[in-house]
Amino acid sequence: MSVLVDRDTRILVQGITGHQGTVHARNMKAFGANVVAGATPGKGGQQVEGVPVFDSVAQAVKATGANATCLFVPAPFARDAFLEAVDAGIQLAVIVTEHIPFHDMLTMYHYGRSKGARIIGPNCPGIASPGKTKVGIIPNVVFHPGRVGVISRSGTLTYEIVNGIKERGLGQSTCLGLGGDPVVGTSFVDALPWFQDDPETDLVVLVGEIGGTAEEDAAEYIGRKFHKPVIAYVAGRSAPPGKRMGHAGAIIARGKGTADSKLHALEAAGAHVAKFPYEIPALVEQYLPKRSAP
Amino acid sequence: MVKLAEWRGKEIFRRYGIDLPRGAVVRSPAEVAGALTGAGVPFPCVVKAQVLAGGRGKGGAVRFATNLAEAEDATRAILAMEFKGEKVREVLLEEKLAIARELYLSIALDRSQRLPVVMASAQGGVEIESVEESAIARVSVDPFPGLIGYEKRRLLAALAVSGAVARSVDGLLDQVWKVFVQEDAELVEINPLAIVGDRVVALDAKVIIEDDASFRHPEYADIRDDRTPLEEIAREKEIAFVQLDGNIGVIANGAGLTMATLDVLAEFGGRPGVFLDLGGTDDPRKVTEAFHLMAQAKPAAVFLNIFGGVTRCDTVARGLVDAMQQVPANERFPLVARIRGNNEAEGVAILQKAGVTSLPDLKESVQAVIAAAGGPA
Repeated sequence: MSVLVDRDTRILVQGITGHQGTVHARNMKAFGANVVAGATPGKGGQQVEGVPVFDSVAQAVKATGANATCLFVPAPFARDAFLEAVDAGIQLAVIVTEHIPFHDMLTMYHYGRSKGARIIGPNCPGIASPGKTKVGIIPNVVFHPGRVGVISRSGTLTYEIVNGIKERGLGQSTCLGLGGDPVVGTSFVDALPWFQDDPETDLVVLVGEIGGTAEEDAAEYIGRKFHKPVIAYVAGRSAPPGKRMGHAGAIIARGKGTADSKLHALEAAGAHVAKFPYEIPALVEQYLPKRSAP
Repeated sequence: MVKLAEWRGKEIFRRYGIDLPRGAVVRSPAEVAGALTGAGVPFPCVVKAQVLAGGRGKGGAVRFATNLAEAEDATRAILAMEFKGEKVREVLLEEKLAIARELYLSIALDRSQRLPVVMASAQGGVEIESVEESAIARVSVDPFPGLIGYEKRRLLAALAVSGAVARSVDGLLDQVWKVFVQEDAELVEINPLAIVGDRVVALDAKVIIEDDASFRHPEYADIRDDRTPLEEIAREKEIAFVQLDGNIGVIANGAGLTMATLDVLAEFGGRPGVFLDLGGTDDPRKVTEAFHLMAQAKPAAVFLNIFGGVTRCDTVARGLVDAMQQVPANERFPLVARIRGNNEAEGVAILQKAGVTSLPDLKESVQAVIAAAGGPA
């Protein structure tokens, strides 16, 4: 098994008829993901990348048994699209869309939670388990199956890190992008237990950034309950306070959310801290538990 | 993040029925007499600089006047000020009220809990960061029922108010909650919230509106913010662009990668001057626009760090070469590139042909750009 999704996850793509939706539906299929349906209001009956498109999520679920959704719906309509998916019984939503107002995300998060639905994102690359499946936009080329779990608040930086790990001949179990927004459906603390329980993950790389206290919360959890080695990196050490560094969530506000605070907390919790991203692959190699050949 | 000046925040408050001192905004001393009469502001009055930075009281940006001549003089003096680097363009004139006690009230986002949090303290009128934790009540509010009775009673108890004053605060809490939700605010802060007789009055207003909700709020689109002119242009072009103190520009794709690049640059003695995140674009026109913006910031050297994942290296390289050709010769700057990932070899070859060397190693390329900008600080 892998974390959260597996080969049999039946993926719906909301917004499949848009440019991003089409391109990434194709890429997901190329990765081996089971993309079963698309949904765009008013565009039902079409086929995109060989996938049937429905007018509503309920129709898509009924016809195809979709049980996870990947959202490419523009920000002003994302809340609507997500709530529709939840009401149709979908329990996992990867929201790629950027610039969703956090007020919308608050209602999405709490509504989803009340119905047992989990959100990854928004403003995130999604989740990929090499050799199994992918929901989102993580590029196919950087992956290789293996035992390293990756949890990250960033996109491209993660691809670069994963690529570096691959160049050392090591692969990933599951790579999870949490997203760069101030309110995310899944935080490090939510995700770490899944990686703890995943027999295919032997080590976790945690990639954080300035803003909020998600890394401090993660450190508290790692210190108490996490028993696999953790390599941690936090971007934004040189960022000035009060400036939003590309991600809506990457801002040092009122003295909270500095890289130093996060790095100290993670180090104190026993994580192996990389000062620079290029140090991560060597640390992974050093701390990845050796396994006897099966 | 649209930070509103006090008077704009108070305009919003007024629409929601929040009690305010009588007041008016002026942009020149000549407007003072008419504004005071028009708004019915009696003497003595308060004259306040409308700037976004805090600490106005201590910094001489808030003055008092007992007659028209004093009010005009104070307005003239404040309009001539530059407060913490910000030019004063507007002055708010308000009645000076007889304050019994100053309270603190705010609503902000608690990112960890994913809930709005209402903060209240009986110790208002000072920076909330200086108030001890035990003197601040925090109530997390579920967005679905919204702020409800027992939560408000907790806040009223923390503010140590009773009777008519408590009823006034109770009504205010509903109004402030509505402002937070309906205006898509990141922060609504009233400090001080003054007890005047048997009611409470918002003496200050700090409101920050969320950028991402601008599709619901076209009314905030034209508000001058604390962005630099170039940051303003970048925002219109939807390019993440932050001006910093240094002289080296960084163009990368993805916020995390751009931040990490700045960190490495700073570690080796370089001074980052521009953070430019291309994001996930594969549009050569956007790369060209980004490049023009960077040229206008006049960096001593630029480091381009691209990892091609969703974006392909050759697409970015092509856009970059296009952009370079469009920048006039006298505006060009030394460029060091590092382009890796999807279609890397083609991207490197395209840059090579245009005379730009791409180094694969981050440390080496950072050192090269620092040297090109005149060496480490």
